[in-house]
Amino acid sequence: MARLTLDHVTKSFTDFDAVKDVSIDVADGQFLAVLGPSGCGKTTLLRLVAGFEKVTSGEIRIGGEVVSGKGGSVAPEKRRVGIVFQNYALWPHMSVAENIGYSLKVAKLDKAVARQKVEDALALVNLQGLGERRPANLSGGQRQRVALARCLVAAPSLVLFDEPLANLDVHLRASMEDEFAAFHKRTGTTIVYITHDQAEAMALADRIAVMDHGRLAQLATPRELYHEPANEMVASFISQGILLPADVMTSEDGGRCKVRVLGTELVVRCRPGERPRAGARICCRSADIELSADASGFDGLVKRAIYQGGAARIEFTPAAGPDLTLRFEQPDPVVLENGAQVRLRIRSGWLIPAAGAAA
Amino acid sequence: MSARIRESRGQEMALTAAVAVVIVLLSLLPMLRLVKEIAAPGGVLTTVAVEAGLRSPATWIATWHTLVVGIGGTLLAVLSGTLVAVLVSLTDIRGRSALVLCYVMPLLIAPQVTALAWLQLFGPASPFLKLFGAAPPLGTKNLLYSTSGIILLLGVQYGPLVFLLVRAGLRKLPRELVEAARAGGANWFTVLVTIVLPLMTPSIMAAAALAFVSCVGNFGIPAFLGIPANYLVLPTLIYQKLAGGGPAVLGETAFLSVLIGIIAMAGILAQEGMSRRRDYRISSTSLPSEPYELGRWRPVVQAGMWLLILLVLVLPLFGLVLTSLVPGYGIALTAKTATLDNYRFVLFEHDAANRAFFNSFWLSIVAAFFAVIVAVPVGYLIAWGKQRWVRLLNLSVELPYALPGVVLAIASLLLFLRPIPLTGIQLYNTVWIILYAYLARFLVLALRPTISGYHQIDRALEEAAQVAGAGLFTRMRTIIFPLVAPAAIAGGLLIFMTALSELTVSALLWSSGAETIGVVMFSFEQGGDSNYAAAMSVITVAVTFALMLVTNLLAPHLPSGVLPWRD
Ligand SMILES: Nc1ncnc2c1ncn2[C@@H]1O[C@H](COP(=O)(O)OP(=O)(O)OP(=O)(O)O)[C@@H](O)[C@H]1O
Ligand SMILES: [Mg+2]
Repeated sequence: MARLTLDHVTKSFTDFDAVKDVSIDVADGQFLAVLGPSGCGKTTLLRLVAGFEKVTSGEIRIGGEVVSGKGGSVAPEKRRVGIVFQNYALWPHMSVAENIGYSLKVAKLDKAVARQKVEDALALVNLQGLGERRPANLSGGQRQRVALARCLVAAPSLVLFDEPLANLDVHLRASMEDEFAAFHKRTGTTIVYITHDQAEAMALADRIAVMDHGRLAQLATPRELYHEPANEMVASFISQGILLPADVMTSEDGGRCKVRVLGTELVVRCRPGERPRAGARICCRSADIELSADASGFDGLVKRAIYQGGAARIEFTPAAGPDLTLRFEQPDPVVLENGAQVRLRIRSGWLIPAAGAAA
Repeated sequence: MSARIRESRGQEMALTAAVAVVIVLLSLLPMLRLVKEIAAPGGVLTTVAVEAGLRSPATWIATWHTLVVGIGGTLLAVLSGTLVAVLVSLTDIRGRSALVLCYVMPLLIAPQVTALAWLQLFGPASPFLKLFGAAPPLGTKNLLYSTSGIILLLGVQYGPLVFLLVRAGLRKLPRELVEAARAGGANWFTVLVTIVLPLMTPSIMAAAALAFVSCVGNFGIPAFLGIPANYLVLPTLIYQKLAGGGPAVLGETAFLSVLIGIIAMAGILAQEGMSRRRDYRISSTSLPSEPYELGRWRPVVQAGMWLLILLVLVLPLFGLVLTSLVPGYGIALTAKTATLDNYRFVLFEHDAANRAFFNSFWLSIVAAFFAVIVAVPVGYLIAWGKQRWVRLLNLSVELPYALPGVVLAIASLLLFLRPIPLTGIQLYNTVWIILYAYLARFLVLALRPTISGYHQIDRALEEAAQVAGAGLFTRMRTIIFPLVAPAAIAGGLLIFMTALSELTVSALLWSSGAETIGVVMFSFEQGGDSNYAAAMSVITVAVTFALMLVTNLLAPHLPSGVLPWRD
């Protein structure tokens, strides 16, 4: 068990920075999910922690010990981290038991003790009796469990997952998700878990780090990420938030302020200390948008309404902002139709902090 | 409508038929003829030839020698080739492409040239050793004239072959497999021994089988090193018998050549059997793993590698050049004695050498040209064809090259000893029989790169032309040939380099007036005129190097792996 600290970590490849100035602190026993679009540097970040890549600048500490930094780099085999790869990376020339027992053999553990530990690890992932099989003769889910058992058997201080469920089908994913959660609860291991599936991240993590183009866009609890995105990227990336231009009319008071959006005034949640400013943006969710029953709200045209079962996807162009398109879902009973002129109302929203404002 | 179906079918049928004819003529016919000679000479089933062969003690001695040098050479090649492949592929050693280029080079130098170069380097007449006054006194036996000498040079010659295959395997090793082991606490060496090498066993065994076949079938090295010591292997035994007995002993040599074929096949089958039990198919694609940092060992390892290059490539070639510059056997090279007379002699004065240059050049050019032309349609059928039997086609083209050259040479002799039926054309004792053997043997060298070229091309390009109304032949000419041409031509250049100083086949097929460079070089060396042989070798090596440089210009248009010396 160990605490993991990344301190202003940057990793440059020859032509560009894959990870830029990222600082993250993962407390002992915490489950951190790293979320972000493809190519944003998640895998690189993980490989930096494991020691397969060297930091260009900054420092990484595991359990207080500096493992990567100016003074050099501790070799991966000395870091006591476990890692589970997206493609499992099971050694095809070894049986399941040999795969799991590899790190014990390398550590020259007593044979009988090692055998017992392998048995325990197999039991932990519900694979009793499959020790003699070859990885090639296992199903995808079983392989993933072997990979998990292999990384757990050495009791690592830190476990790293790189999109471990990406190759599995939807049903298996859900059950493996439960297993990971149970495993984390049982062992209390510090975990860094990479995924690009938001639902997975939300379900599992204590905290989520959202990355964008190598930078840390936001580090927060799932709830906070959803309700109080720190910037436009997070707002639109998480659950497809709807972004609208706004002018802030009043200073923050009790966590709220008044804004003008599409010609109508509206009270939204905001950070402490917000002051009136122009050119701001608010983020709202489908659930915040409703048909206006009275004079409040704004008019516009329903460009498209696509029924998707239980709800419809609506594309709406407000009259006050002909260049804007609002995309949101309207649950049954769907009343909006193609070409309809309607008046909508935004119930609430979140004022996105000005760029550069401290988190 | 049906007329149009017939028309489009017709072109495909014509192509298939033409390809089938070529394959039958070049691959199946000689092999069948050879089998017939063993089983039923003169048309009657009998075991006489086999029994006669089995009764002769020379057969058994040569077989034993063949196995000894074959296995020894293979072991040495596998050890050195694998070691170099691991160092080059997995560590942060510097100057990688230069190293690969230099290490692979001996593969493109004919075995008898390698043999000659080493003999000249260490022999008592060595101009190189004389430069330091370190040459042993004249009359001392050259240590290379021995079993271990033959094994050493076979290892040097075919180490690069192993290197190429193992390196290709290492490149496909996904980095996660290595990293999972390192995260599990294993250091680099442990990972190498417990993960990397076990996963590479299929590559290593395939390479070993190939090296074994090459060692067993090699003629140049045991001819230069073994014959003087009266150490005969099967190919040199066949050569001696034919040189002494002529067509009368053809039946006997046919048996011996089949024996070589069987030994070679046994090697391949053993590898297949072992591989089947260890089929670690690596399916995932991934980046190659980060190179291991040698740290302060890096200069040492680098120095070791370049020392190896110095030993296996630079020194022998240097020795060869020196020998080609001295006026006669045993004379020390000084500014005063150095002369270009040897070159003048082989290029302008010696008739057979003259003819040999002429013959070898045009034989190689025709063989290369023919192979390129044929490889495109054959490759088309193999890579994109829908019929299943074309896989067999691939196999039968591989056969004449997979089997030792001696086998094909004997088969060609048997096939053309008498005039071709109906036409009365006589190929035996002419240069045409050598051409036939070259065509059969080297076709596959152009076919392999062409097929990999096809696999890289998006088939939709052809289909677009088809939709535009182009028939098969039009598509071949305007779309397909231009697309695969670079790969096929690179293969053709490889053929030219290989055929130019080829010896194994032509040593058995040549006749007066139909000499090749290899044959004349060999007879110079046997007659004690090493200086002339060295001059001829230097010329062919220079031509080969020049061609390599030219071929490099094609590199950007080629699938990777077509040019062995390109990293
Ligand atoms: N060894 C390398 N050399 C150069 N560039 C690299 C290297 N490894 C990764 N990159 C680049 O760094 C960027 C981040 O890559 P990374 O694999 O970390 O992305 P990712 O967030 O894991 O993406 P995905 O979700 O698709 O797995 C990419 O643009 C990638 O091309
Ligand atoms: Mg990734």
